[in-house]
Amino acid sequence: MSTLEIRNLQVTVETENGTKEILRGVDLTVKSGETHAIMGPNGSGKSTLAYSIAGHPKYTVTGGTVTLDGEDVLAMSVDERARAGLFLAMQYPVEVPGVTVSNFLRTAKTAVDGEAPKLRTWVKDVKAAMGDLRMDPSFAERNVNEGFSGGEKKRHEILQMELLKPKVAVLDETDSGLDVDALRIVSEGVNRVKDSTDVGVLLITHYTRILRYIKPDFVHVFVDGRIVEEGGPELADRLESEGYDRYVGASA
Amino acid sequence: MSLLAEKNPAQSAASHTDSAEAFVPDQSRAERRTSYSVADFPVPGGREEEWRFTPVDRLKGLFAEEGSTEGAVTVATDAPEGVEVLELAMDDERVGSAYRPADRAAVTAYAGAAKALYVGVPNEAELVAPVFVRVTGHAGRDNAHLVVDAGRHSKATVVLEHSGTGEHTAGVEIRVGDGADLTFVTVQEWDDDAIHVAQNDALIGRDAHLRHITVTLGGEIVRVSTNARYSGPGGSFEGLGVYFADAGQHQEHRLFVDHEAPHCHSNVEYKGALQGETAHTVWVGDVLIRASAEGTDTYELNRNLILDDGARADSIPNLEIETGEIVGAGHASATGRFDDEQLFYLQARGIPEDVARRLVVRGFFASVVARIGVPEVSERLMAAIDVELGGTAAADADLVEVSS
Repeated sequence: MSTLEIRNLQVTVETENGTKEILRGVDLTVKSGETHAIMGPNGSGKSTLAYSIAGHPKYTVTGGTVTLDGEDVLAMSVDERARAGLFLAMQYPVEVPGVTVSNFLRTAKTAVDGEAPKLRTWVKDVKAAMGDLRMDPSFAERNVNEGFSGGEKKRHEILQMELLKPKVAVLDETDSGLDVDALRIVSEGVNRVKDSTDVGVLLITHYTRILRYIKPDFVHVFVDGRIVEEGGPELADRLESEGYDRYVGASA
Repeated sequence: MSLLAEKNPAQSAASHTDSAEAFVPDQSRAERRTSYSVADFPVPGGREEEWRFTPVDRLKGLFAEEGSTEGAVTVATDAPEGVEVLELAMDDERVGSAYRPADRAAVTAYAGAAKALYVGVPNEAELVAPVFVRVTGHAGRDNAHLVVDAGRHSKATVVLEHSGTGEHTAGVEIRVGDGADLTFVTVQEWDDDAIHVAQNDALIGRDAHLRHITVTLGGEIVRVSTNARYSGPGGSFEGLGVYFADAGQHQEHRLFVDHEAPHCHSNVEYKGALQGETAHTVWVGDVLIRASAEGTDTYELNRNLILDDGARADSIPNLEIETGEIVGAGHASATGRFDDEQLFYLQARGIPEDVARRLVVRGFFASVVARIGVPEVSERLMAAIDVELGGTAAADADLVEVSS
């Protein structure tokens, strides 16, 4: 049983026009087995929340706390956070030329587990997970994200989530740019990890479409750097029909 | 310029960073002087086109016409059976036929060399193992000349290794017989205070293939000029280079591919990493397609990865085309800083920063290292790159490739 606890998180970013405040006091608790959807309009700070949890150097935390099972996440380096059990599926996964997927996955698994995986079971696990995500075996010998289609990049992110078995996974707009088939394959992958590992999921999305495949326990509406409304799955249905106008208007 | 085909559209205008000092050559490469007479090359002052990037003040010793210091080097050779390894007088007919000194250092090397080392691969021989020529510098000045003579339809690999210290000026002449397939590797793994200026001239026979590989890792100043010519149609030159410059090092690689025979092919790929504030690398890639060289296909690429602020990489591709009847001609050059987003992505998967940096740099070199095709060289090279990045043998266990 793990708990990711975010308290009054405030984050700024440096822009050409000076320091810009993006997160203005975010409170959120994600426990093992729970799925939280964070929904909000473009520019509301959803992705900043994801990157701040992962520790991207571009963002400066100016206040608040983030803990995982009581440990101070903000004091950890990016790789320490991942080894502590946090995972970020990125909206725009980065190309790493010359590094094959198989080498990358094994290096990451070794780092997260603290020891190299047993070769025989590892190769089998990777093959099975790739098969489930309808990824061709030749994928393993391609360079990380290089020349991948949008759908391939997202499947590769979920493949990593399946293999690294995090305690809490943040999925940053994993649904963006996916057609219906790819969305279903990716969502099935997330659901498989949920069923088999009790992972806590923080699902960041602009659209309600993915919530037909991945059922949230909690829905949070994110506007202008903070959570403005919280509820159950029914809140997503309301957003589907009404959009964000109500919240955007209110905060402006 | 319409003949300039960018074969790598991924490297768009944004990353196409020909040196800021891009210039119009004042003369064709065809007019550049070659001569065996020292008097034909005045001592460079540093403003000459071919010397403008080089710290010539530190090369004064090598520019002097002078013999070798007694005991300046030891040379060890290791060759499979059937290979001729000889010392030849400089006036032997097997010396100099494919070599034309093209600058002051090359001509003083030729004039100052007391003898030449000759490596001959017999016609139609297929060597089971590489030939190694290991040069160890001790102190003082050395003038060297090496002849590699690959007989027609032979298949061989010759590795020239440099280590130690001293001031070295050297000529390497490579004759690739008709239909032969030669891999020649020159490795510069000098001590931090060594100076090395070399000219490699290759003459590629009809339907012959030369893979010329330059690996430069150590030395205070290393400058290797490689010139490829074709003696018949159908020849192919593959020029590969890997370099890693640390603070205080000057590494310069100059290539000139002279397409005169028709239906020849050339492909150049050099990749370099720079680490430390005062690291400086220079890459110049000249290609000349003469009017007679119809059916030429040529491409050259240089990439530099800057790991620290203050390091400087100059990269200058030049293409002169005198006939439109060609298959293709293009070049690409880009110099970029280490990409922090790659580092973040890898670290976000739990990979510690030092391992992540090594993965990225190894990945940067991977395409060219994969083309080397000489395991003795590529494995040592990757290990050497890890050492440059401050890695340890133990950490390398994390990087074992697994095939599924």
